Amino acid sequence: MPDKPVDPTKIKAARKMRDLMTTYYLEALSAAQNHRQVAWITSGGPVEPLVAMDIIPVYPENHGAMIGSAKMGEDLCAKAEDMGYSPDLCSYARSDIACAVVKGGPIGGLPKPDMLICCNNICGTVLKWYEIQARFFQVPLFIFDTPVCHTGYSPEIAAYVKTQVHEYIAFLEQVTGKKLDPDKMNHVGRLSYEGQRLWQQVLNTTAHKPSPMSAFDAFFFLALIVTLRGTQTAVDFYKELIHELEERISDGISVVPDETYRLLWDNLPVWHRLKWLSDRFSAHQACLVADTYTSAWCGALKYIDENNFLDSMAQAYTRIYLNIGVDQMAQEVLEMIRFYDVNGLVMHSNRSCKPYSFGQMDIMRIVREKTGIPVLMIEADMVDPRSFSESQIETRIDAFMEIVKHKAGRS
Amino acid sequence: MIFAGIDIGSNTAKAALIKDGVISGTRVMPTGYHHLKAGTRVFEDLLHQAGLSRSDVRAVVSTGYGRASIDFADKAMTEILCHGAGAYFLEPDIRGIIDVGGQDSKAIALDNQGQVDNFAMNDKCAAGTGRFLEVMANALEVALDQMGEVGLTAGNPSKISSICTVFAESEVISMIARQEKRENIIAGIHEAAAARVAILAAKIRIQGPVMMTGGVAKNPGMIAALEKRLNQPLIISPYCQETGAIGAAVLASRL
Repeated sequence: MPDKPVDPTKIKAARKMRDLMTTYYLEALSAAQNHRQVAWITSGGPVEPLVAMDIIPVYPENHGAMIGSAKMGEDLCAKAEDMGYSPDLCSYARSDIACAVVKGGPIGGLPKPDMLICCNNICGTVLKWYEIQARFFQVPLFIFDTPVCHTGYSPEIAAYVKTQVHEYIAFLEQVTGKKLDPDKMNHVGRLSYEGQRLWQQVLNTTAHKPSPMSAFDAFFFLALIVTLRGTQTAVDFYKELIHELEERISDGISVVPDETYRLLWDNLPVWHRLKWLSDRFSAHQACLVADTYTSAWCGALKYIDENNFLDSMAQAYTRIYLNIGVDQMAQEVLEMIRFYDVNGLVMHSNRSCKPYSFGQMDIMRIVREKTGIPVLMIEADMVDPRSFSESQIETRIDAFMEIVKHKAGRS
Repeated sequence: MIFAGIDIGSNTAKAALIKDGVISGTRVMPTGYHHLKAGTRVFEDLLHQAGLSRSDVRAVVSTGYGRASIDFADKAMTEILCHGAGAYFLEPDIRGIIDVGGQDSKAIALDNQGQVDNFAMNDKCAAGTGRFLEVMANALEVALDQMGEVGLTAGNPSKISSICTVFAESEVISMIARQEKRENIIAGIHEAAAARVAILAAKIRIQGPVMMTGGVAKNPGMIAALEKRLNQPLIISPYCQETGAIGAAVLASRL
């Protein structure tokens, strides 16, 4: 069969990334046969010690995103509800809990874990979710507790989290029966830092007008910095991606043809509606150039000491976007609005993600007061399509774009 | 010059004609199953009533949930923009709009040029919409258009605590079983719906003067409950139900 003609607006590295993700999941699924251990870990969890100890990290949240994109969320969420879980519970948690039992989803379920690592820097739901899975799989659970930094990083928080870094290493050494090699740890730490720095560089390319990629692309390319953080694979891939994006910039290739309006997205993606949303905005010549979500995997770079990763990790993992006060979150949003020079902000009020959605009304008000740009709020859910009302969201997007166009003086 | 607006809502289809900057006629009829048929009929009826034919109309804008189905319209625009334009046309001092229609409710803020500055819509939930009132009217065996008047006679409004229409209905049914006075229950329903709508107004910090539009603006009980909640009087135009269609006609004149 002849190859289909290549769409010039498509980013070529996507194919390679799909291959890398397939390899990663195949390796994880065959871990037991190859005498390797698997740890399930939360998306914002400190993964580098696992990599340094040759444990394969697996992310139920990344799996949740795959379930959402594959439009398999509704069945799995309903299954969890049949099991007695509330429909108000996070849809990642619901689909993961159901998937562990029915072995469903796009890859037939995640490989059985040997241990669970739960870091609550992203939310509180993960505590109960991981406790449930620890009981189900009968495996040890380590909880890495990161207090919310409402105003700053106090010495008490610093001491408390640092103690846990040591406890975490001791836990891993006990479960694996191996010692952590400090040289290897430093090496992985440097790769993690490098990967995050490159990821930031990938995201920065969209400040260019027209943007060589959109937030919808970032949602996809994000998977490597989440799952393969601390590896050479991630570093090499992002270098290649940056090269391609820079080429697109110099060739003037934009992801939205005739990009006229630039928007910022807040909260997790609506995984089951990426294409629909992308088309909806593109039809208005609008490109979602950036988002607050994917930058969470490089937002704490300033706290990392690449030559002393383990010690600086405590602060970097505690001060991530979802674990700071609303005023600070608003500051970061304002900085992004300036840096990416956007005409509007689209906020996804995500029924699943309470910590992300909780401060949105305040951030909306602050953004409107400080910048005057229009802000749209849409109610949906990252995985569960039952919380999505197409005609309502369509009307809101159209009305929002009418206001954006008017304010930009092009109506 | 004559311009037309057609608003296909979930319950009713509305059409309006504007001739030389003045409303020259409006028409309302049930939407039914077929959006295009409803839009065509309401438009043709209005033209007939005005003694005009389609060729007399310079431009048509469609709006409402069925806006995309009206294939003979020159442009489709959202009801948010149309309600903004319509309210401003009817009353240029207006800075805020509360629109409560059949399946949604919204709050709209206008700037001093009558342009939509911000808006908030209800979540995909019927609480605080015309449908909510319809369900309750059925449960209470009161005609929908009588509901407002009956509610105003209440001495002591009942307290409806459920947010969801389905739960609120069962709450109302248990009140009926307890033989609470019908007018008190109705007043309670209005207060519950008004509370939901007021949240939307608060979300965008709506400024006065505020106009209420949509079919529910014909319900005096709901108006009273909302005025109490918002702590300010509401301006009600005789064209409250057709405001979206009028706005669409206004916008058609700017095409």
